[in-house]
Amino acid sequence: MTQAQAEQPATTEGPFEPRIVAFVCNWCTYAGADLAGTSRLQYAPNVRIVKLPCTGRIDPLFILKAFEGGADAVLVSGCHPGDCHYTSGNYHARRRWTLFRKLLAFTGIDENRLFFSWVSAAEGQKFADLINDLTEKVRAAGPFEAANPARRRICP
Amino acid sequence: MARIGVFICHCGENVARTVDCAAVAEAAKKMPGVVHSVDYKYMCSDPGQQMIRDAIAEQKLTGVVVGACSPRMHEPTFRRAAADAGLNPYLLEMANLREHCSWVHDDRDAATAKAIDIIRAMAAKTKFNAPLTEIRVSVEPTALVIGGGIAGIQAALDIADGGKKVILVERSPSIGGHMARLSETFPTLDCSQCILTPKMVDAASHPNITLMTYCELEEVDGYVGNFEVTIRKKARYVDPDKCTGCGSCYQKCPAKKIPSEFDAGLGTRTAIYTPFPQAVPNKPVIDAENCIMLTKGKCGVCAKICPTGAVNYEDKDELVKVKVGAIVVATGFELWDHSAYGEYGGGRLCDVIDGFAFERLASASGPTGGVIRRPSDGEVPQTVVFIQCCGSRDDKQGLAYCSKICCMYTAKHAMLYRHKVHDGRAVVFYMDIRSGGKGYDEFVRRAIEADGVEYVRGRVSRIYRRTDGKLIVRGADTLAGQPVTIEADLVVLADAVVPRKGADRVAQMLGVGYDINGFYSEAHPKLRPVETATAGVFLAGACQAPKDIPDAVAQASAAASKVLGLFSQPELEREPIVARVNWDSCVHCRGCITACPYGAIDDHEIKDRNGNVIRVVADVNPGVCQGCGTCVAVCRSNSIELDGFTDEQIHSQILTLE
Repeated sequence: MTQAQAEQPATTEGPFEPRIVAFVCNWCTYAGADLAGTSRLQYAPNVRIVKLPCTGRIDPLFILKAFEGGADAVLVSGCHPGDCHYTSGNYHARRRWTLFRKLLAFTGIDENRLFFSWVSAAEGQKFADLINDLTEKVRAAGPFEAANPARRRICP
Repeated sequence: MARIGVFICHCGENVARTVDCAAVAEAAKKMPGVVHSVDYKYMCSDPGQQMIRDAIAEQKLTGVVVGACSPRMHEPTFRRAAADAGLNPYLLEMANLREHCSWVHDDRDAATAKAIDIIRAMAAKTKFNAPLTEIRVSVEPTALVIGGGIAGIQAALDIADGGKKVILVERSPSIGGHMARLSETFPTLDCSQCILTPKMVDAASHPNITLMTYCELEEVDGYVGNFEVTIRKKARYVDPDKCTGCGSCYQKCPAKKIPSEFDAGLGTRTAIYTPFPQAVPNKPVIDAENCIMLTKGKCGVCAKICPTGAVNYEDKDELVKVKVGAIVVATGFELWDHSAYGEYGGGRLCDVIDGFAFERLASASGPTGGVIRRPSDGEVPQTVVFIQCCGSRDDKQGLAYCSKICCMYTAKHAMLYRHKVHDGRAVVFYMDIRSGGKGYDEFVRRAIEADGVEYVRGRVSRIYRRTDGKLIVRGADTLAGQPVTIEADLVVLADAVVPRKGADRVAQMLGVGYDINGFYSEAHPKLRPVETATAGVFLAGACQAPKDIPDAVAQASAAASKVLGLFSQPELEREPIVARVNWDSCVHCRGCITACPYGAIDDHEIKDRNGNVIRVVADVNPGVCQGCGTCVAVCRSNSIELDGFTDEQIHSQILTLE
């Protein structure tokens, strides 16, 4: 992490570019992002995708880690209800997300920096639109650390 | 200490156009754990793969990151290359620089920075990758074919001829599909029934084929080699074992005025019916919505007349579970509903018909016995206008794509009409003629030159009915540059080909993707045209895209050969992405057991040497586990890990994402 930071100039210089970490499932949203690629749909380069087999695999700790690692926003995206490759993982993810958002707010992290969406393998356009939309929202909200001094404590 | 090799692929120009690959490779050299980093024009080519193999041997790599296309594309290729060089294939990861980066961004600096981030994250993950070995699972050598049209029949016959069992499921009471409704087929004008019905009989009598007509898919569970499929056998109200197909029942049935679906509503059928005389199986079913006995409680004529007592009004739907190793989806197509086109009468003009209705009019077994008669008054039409691209190639009101078969069948319709009504006038309105195919263009030329069909290039703007019953067709002749008005007796619309209603539900059950129009997505548009993203599920026929009969049959045979290939091995290798429980820390809260969608986790008793149970813990059955990881996230004591996606791997990946 420290090495990673050393390589990159601090992004605080120049205009603010939001950093968004997207936790996506392998079967729907990852494939949807692939489809956006094969369809050459242009979207904001601010998202970094972390592929997991299913949104059900997403441990709330991942989201905290992402904020700790410097994300300005986190996106959780998987298959539409009823379409989960593993039948019900996305329902687990949805329940967890609903609860976890409240916990985030309780800990002092702006809950509006955690996004949730369903993007199927056929929805390349939706994925591109989603990322653009999210990037604009986060850009408007500003960098995470400025908004929340609590973060500096978790990530010195 | 990890020794990671990074290989950046230019993918010709695909990655290199927007990502500075050399800069990415250079940046990767400084990443923790990376000892080797290069870029190359085509990493997936043989010399490219050789670079990886050589580097593994020379640099003693413990992990490899290939920055190239999506892992859905070439992960197996590169993992094989790693295995060839003696590296466990699961120590190789792909970083998606093409679909997720170069193709979606045009700013070279931003794309290069993102590519570096992607590589850094993958290198960090790969440091913690552990060698894994494939899990072997048995294969149930029975195939399920969904849809009994020509594609489904062909796939079933080919698999059955290959010596494997097939279950052929069809929604309607008979197999045959749309092909059974056609009069003659282009470009040879073979009688459709004459070439199809022998195949239908073959399918029904083949010892390896179990026919399940009037059945629908209810649920699909399991995975390649071991699908468990629930099929709903709809109530037929006729016991097929007792019924001899004598036909007395439908001759006597008093509910006679039901529009026949098979005849596109031009003919009628009874409530107890077979869709057409050559139906396979030739055993009637009762249409519960229209049966007087089933709706009003009195009648019972068919039960009285039936010599074998096969009619049973108490029949109920039944759910049957079958185990299959592979599934061929051949759900086919239907025609677009042209009532969206108000200018063509919005579906209210009864003499404006679709292609299937014309097929039935032209068919010797059709409601008019093969004489072309218009539906309104039964007169033989003297002028027939055919309109191509009805709904196709119209992204405003219809569909953006070309339906592919309409140019050909319209030429055939016009030709058949001219053969039957020698003094009649046939006019075709077209946008373009797309007659690619063996003998196809010659066929269209024949329609124009030998059979005198008038082709007018242009669209029709309006059709309306004059009081004397004539249909006035107003359009443009764009070649002559003038408006045209034709007084027609019958108008035939070449409606667009769309997927079957309910195809999306089938796709969701099977985990198959579909495009914006509802056609099923193949695994690769060029190189894997019959596979789907779900292993063990294959596509055949017009459910994937509009297709004519030869194309549908070819794809069906291809799907069958894929199924036979799958069944030729007694066991399959499966990705070893499964969950493992750490028994030392498991507190047996049973959270994972209830969360697992597959019932793969069970109690496990730990015993001492005297056989006394000391502790009970959770245990994952790797043969059943599908690797979703839901149990990992619910585990309160952090005692479950998912191979390939461990907390350690994901955390290190996340922490590099700056």
